[in-house]
Amino acid sequence: MENLKQELKAKIIENLNLEDFKVEDIDDNDSLFGDGLGLDSIDALELIVMLDKDYGIKISDPKKGKTIFESIQTMAQFIMDNKTK
Amino acid sequence: MSKGVAVTGMGIISSIGNNIEENYQSLISKKQGISKIKKIQTIHKDVIKVGEINYTNKELITLLELPKTNNYSRTALLGEFAAKEAVKNANITNINKYKTGLISATSVGGMDKTEKYYYSQFEETKNRKYIASHDAGDASKKIAKSLGITDFVSTISTACSSSANAIMLGARMIKAGKIDRVIVGGSDCLSKFTINGFKTLMILSETDCKPFDENRTGLNLGEAAAFLVLESDEVVKKENKKVLAYVSGYANANDAYHQTASSENGEGATLAMQKALRVAKIKPTEIDYVNAHGTATPNNDHSESRAILNVFGAKVPDFSSTKAYTGHTLAAAAAIEAVYSILAIQHKVLFPNLNFETPIADTALVPKTEVTKKEIQHVLSNSFGFGGNCSTLIFSKT
Amino acid sequence: MNTKLYIENYCKIKNNTVTLNSNIIFEEDNAENLKSFLKSIYKHLDLKYSKFFKMDNLSKLAFLASEIILKESKINSEKENIAIVFSNNASSLETDRKHQKSIDKITDYFPSPAIFVYTLPNIGIGEISIRHQLKSENAFFVFERYNAEFHYTYENSLIQSQKANAVLSGWVNVDDDTNYEAFIYLVSQNGKIKHNQEQLNKLY
Repeated sequence: MENLKQELKAKIIENLNLEDFKVEDIDDNDSLFGDGLGLDSIDALELIVMLDKDYGIKISDPKKGKTIFESIQTMAQFIMDNKTK
Repeated sequence: MSKGVAVTGMGIISSIGNNIEENYQSLISKKQGISKIKKIQTIHKDVIKVGEINYTNKELITLLELPKTNNYSRTALLGEFAAKEAVKNANITNINKYKTGLISATSVGGMDKTEKYYYSQFEETKNRKYIASHDAGDASKKIAKSLGITDFVSTISTACSSSANAIMLGARMIKAGKIDRVIVGGSDCLSKFTINGFKTLMILSETDCKPFDENRTGLNLGEAAAFLVLESDEVVKKENKKVLAYVSGYANANDAYHQTASSENGEGATLAMQKALRVAKIKPTEIDYVNAHGTATPNNDHSESRAILNVFGAKVPDFSSTKAYTGHTLAAAAAIEAVYSILAIQHKVLFPNLNFETPIADTALVPKTEVTKKEIQHVLSNSFGFGGNCSTLIFSKT
Repeated sequence: MNTKLYIENYCKIKNNTVTLNSNIIFEEDNAENLKSFLKSIYKHLDLKYSKFFKMDNLSKLAFLASEIILKESKINSEKENIAIVFSNNASSLETDRKHQKSIDKITDYFPSPAIFVYTLPNIGIGEISIRHQLKSENAFFVFERYNAEFHYTYENSLIQSQKANAVLSGWVNVDDDTNYEAFIYLVSQNGKIKHNQEQLNKLY
């Protein structure tokens, strides 16, 4: 799961254009939305696309994103539980 | 009350009718035009519902008497069709008798053809002509040419508020004496580009959309075109024209919140409505009907409800969104809704908000759900676009 | 009542060069592409605004030129009513192509919401409005080329009719990596260059 978490951090920085951040800057339990990394609703949608593209997980209800994307930890756990790729 | 600028003609084509009369009949018989998509090959075709116009491109080309060699995109076909009806409706026989302009709006442009032929154009030269008609200004140029308009032609592209801004600019130019009359409106056709784009924003509904309903799940995309003919008082007098209504108020403000979402408290929308009332020099209590933007997305309808409460307080006028009839026709939306607003004034009737069952819990606003006969003096019409572009128009009885 | 208006400041970004009122303030001859050139300008201006990186090239270009001008101008963007009127000829074409590419192949079909939201030319205006909390009137026009007559009339009318105190206006166009330009200026009651059609054409 450690590798997955590092992978996610790198992907988030790349996909969401977070130029000011490095992988080391993101803590596993940092809040991704709101005060933490300050991601917004479009970023949430991008993450949904990423889950589909890279891990074969389809999310049809955007509201579910809030709990899944709370932190790197919750994301990684969700992917481990649901991935098909 | 500020008199405003005279509207002497209208033209429209949408999924609920190919002309003014057909649209009106559909509105009063609650006949909506939402269905599964038929003309576009998309992987989403069994999932989403849209407001598609019946005419095929071939049929439109024949009706417009265009040569076989034409390179009209569907946006241009629909636009020209509606613009021609408007000019005829205004009884204009000699377009160059007065200084006349065209301000057209679009967000899709010629994308419907470009997405089909862009990659093949490198091998197959026969479809290369469509790439030239891609840009946003192309439809405007074609419409201007077919109508014989040379004095002023412009294109506005501000997403879903585009044609409201076109109408606003046209009205201002006439008031400023820069032009004697102007054809204003917009056109947008369905395309894979927009369908896919909106799908990825997860704001499309898989069923008939439910504006202002607590359980709304998103919008239905639609295609349409509509134009108004605005003429100065001088021309109206000289030509003894019948005035259908007046564009008495207009305003535009930026929400300054997010690229595509509206602010929680509908600030941009509130400012636009308040400014429009000031331009029209009327009080909120004088509005008889609000034709809302009401796209049925969770975000817009809540934000717009808040804005309506901000502006009207305890006295919210009768309101409805007609997007459950036509779908959200993007850049053409404000123009078709301008036609509907004027029809409401002319026929003394307001049109229902279809598919409504439960009010939004937070704001508790209830739209009109039946065709209602009523004396209508002033109609307020909202159109809010991506980029925070909020526009409001007010139409008044003659 | 005719208030005297001036072109308070103007900024041009073209051919890897940034000029403010005809003085070169930044250039980068060997920029890899437009995206990296725009990033360099961002760094040069020391703008701490991470949302910048989410924007498409057209919005970035409009944003940077606007930042340069608003910083230089006397106007207080939070208090004054600054309208925004931009125009171009390619609309949002550069971004449209990117979006189209992402939906072309049925086998590799992943449209990106972050790209799609920029497939309209006026989103850049939204970005500038968010940055400076401008709730003012704004419009985006598509013309074949910069139309000084139209711009002058519109800008002048906005201020004379008191719909705005100042107008951030101009031409901002991105067709591809080498074909881009911005000519943005602030029309206000301060400045030395008279606001009229002739001057606008001269400066452009």
